[in-house]
Amino acid sequence: MTRLTRRYRFSASHRLHAASLGESQNRELYGKCNNPHGHGHNYELEVSVRGVVDAASGLLIRVEELDRLVAAAVVRDLDHRNLNLEVAEFAWKVPTTENLAQVVASRLEAAWETTFSASGAILDRVRIRETKNNSVELKV
Amino acid sequence: MLITRRVEFSASHCCARPDLSEEQNRALYGEAANPRGHGHNYVVEVTLEGEPDPVTGMVYDLKRLKQVLNQEVVEPMDHRFLNYEVPPFDRVAPTAENLAAEIWRRLAPQFATGTVRLHRVRVYETEDLYVDFEGDAA
Repeated sequence: MTRLTRRYRFSASHRLHAASLGESQNRELYGKCNNPHGHGHNYELEVSVRGVVDAASGLLIRVEELDRLVAAAVVRDLDHRNLNLEVAEFAWKVPTTENLAQVVASRLEAAWETTFSASGAILDRVRIRETKNNSVELKV
Repeated sequence: MLITRRVEFSASHCCARPDLSEEQNRALYGEAANPRGHGHNYVVEVTLEGEPDPVTGMVYDLKRLKQVLNQEVVEPMDHRFLNYEVPPFDRVAPTAENLAAEIWRRLAPQFATGTVRLHRVRVYETEDLYVDFEGDAA
């Protein structure tokens, strides 16, 4: 089995605040991340693709195609944005790293077939590092 | 339990298929098709799977693993032009995918018998691009 992983970066701000909870509960639950003015991170996104390497070219996928897909589906919309205010999914969802990984995976899945149906390459996993110390990995 | 050892080597390569024109190779491999070659500082992480020996507390002797990696990977590949100097890349494009599979093939016989199993070969071509190979079967 061959798996190729590519890393991307984007910087964004967010505020962790659950609409269904009160002010003090939110402060207690999310701590500093509940700051009403928001705060930001340099996110790192790893996208892993698995499949069969083409015998003639030695390639699993053309990395440029993955770069274009990830840029169009994810990075362009998220980079230098306020996730709560400018990214549609977070109008109703708390932009935790967990939820962000799910949103990114859904966006990639929605765009995947158009680019990679012919090659048979499968979206394998999505990992997001919020900081050097925190990361979330989602097996798609 | 998994144990991983990391080694680095630097090498040049050119990704091109001999049956394609220079223009077709550019379209397929992009910048990597430059016929004069270009290079990377490759990082290889090799992961073995096994259980710690009850006496030594080790899954595998990491000194020995270092020797194996030097012998099978670093010595033949470091500061080489892969296409010209490291078979099978005279016939097969030295993509990161093929390099990971080739390193697996070179290492597998070293761990064919004994208490550990070769679990994964990971090749970083750059910090932002790596390929895992976990055997032909899976």
